[in-house]
Amino acid sequence: MFAGFGQKASSDTTYKSRKLTFEEANLVSSYYKQDGNNSAVTGGIGTEKLTDIANVIDVKLHRWDKKDRKQSLDVEIGIDHYTSASSDRIDLKNNSSASHADTRLYPSVNWSRENEQKGSTIGIGVSLSSEFDYRSIGVNASYSQKTKNRNGEFTAKAQAYLDQVSLILPTELRPPGQGNGNDDENNYPKTSRNSFSGSFSYTQIINQRLQLGLLLDVIYQQGYLSLPFHRVYFANGSVHQENLPDTRMKIPVALRANYFIGDKIILRSYYRYYHDDWGVNAHTFNLEVPVKITPFLSISPFYRYYNQTAAKYFAPYQTHTAAEQFYTSNYDVSKFSSNFYGAGFRVAPPKGVFGMQHLNMLELRYGRYTRTTGLNSNIISLNLKFK
Amino acid sequence: MSKVTTKNVSMAAVAIVFTFCSCTTVKEYQKNRLNDSEMVVSPRKIEKTEISFQTYREGASGANGGKGGGGCGCN
Repeated sequence: MFAGFGQKASSDTTYKSRKLTFEEANLVSSYYKQDGNNSAVTGGIGTEKLTDIANVIDVKLHRWDKKDRKQSLDVEIGIDHYTSASSDRIDLKNNSSASHADTRLYPSVNWSRENEQKGSTIGIGVSLSSEFDYRSIGVNASYSQKTKNRNGEFTAKAQAYLDQVSLILPTELRPPGQGNGNDDENNYPKTSRNSFSGSFSYTQIINQRLQLGLLLDVIYQQGYLSLPFHRVYFANGSVHQENLPDTRMKIPVALRANYFIGDKIILRSYYRYYHDDWGVNAHTFNLEVPVKITPFLSISPFYRYYNQTAAKYFAPYQTHTAAEQFYTSNYDVSKFSSNFYGAGFRVAPPKGVFGMQHLNMLELRYGRYTRTTGLNSNIISLNLKFK
Repeated sequence: MSKVTTKNVSMAAVAIVFTFCSCTTVKEYQKNRLNDSEMVVSPRKIEKTEISFQTYREGASGANGGKGGGGCGCN
């Protein structure tokens, strides 16, 4: 697939390199910490304390082929390490089970070819994600076409994720002889979860200050959509594994509008309506206002409001009954609203950050998230761009 | 979906189509503001991990240029 990215220079033009050339690299690091008292592992009660450290490195390379088409290669690798008090309760022994912490590794490679004359771009990509009890393989293909005046662009993208879930049950529900949570993942049976999506977007420049984007996804999931270690306590006190339908259809549609006011202020707005066949309907509204203190320094306060209805299979601790076919006490699919707010600081001086020419941009951003269920979290992120 | 909601959605759709159609052609040399890195019509790089945790902690996902499915969200 990438054989075309040879390092041999052919009949180079003076301004378009036939060689694979470094374009930019981005490092995004973040620290996330949450707390709450509605853990799904313990049936909708109990601690949700969690910390996550994430690092993602993304390197972009490009070259022009003999037909003057720009070929881009985007290689990304991410690694997360998390500790989770609730996952630790799979085995009911604090800080003793393998599940109290885990590391997730997720590399991906995407290739695209842009024909500037025709205004079209094709792309393909693969991704992997691996953690102790979960594996995911993703593939995608996309096609974009600009309008004749290059002010609008339509993109269609198809994605498939083929996942494998290890069936690690809560300790009291585990069959005799099955792993104890501290052993190899191969000691547990596995099952599949597949996700297929079609994404369609259209972006349009309205005038010199305003551009809009309309997005529509159609997502279909099939397979084991519960999580095996989520407990559900029935009204009679008995404990069960979460049981959810084996299909789910999600349809989110969104509108983005970015407007440049004067020379210093930008309004970045986003609205999404979401519907799925589990009964979740949600509205998301986001507004970010980057203010350019100087041409190279900006501060960006932001606010996001989110509201959802409950999935029809949700009920709190000791509420479900044996008469129900499907049940969960996962508060992530309960009825709630949330607020997320904070600010970012971005600096991109022409001579490089701290005088380092290749360090093109530094951005630091903090956000606080509060949910009406009582869960709250803080996240701080850093983006370094190298050119 | 109630009648009122359907009517509102239809009106919004018509307004969006009208807005998209009422644009003027902007030449490349007129795009200095539109080409600003903070005007990009997609999430910015630094939002990547924020979108990831929101996908895990909320029932809704998708239509933000990222993943619509796949991955665990186990923790």
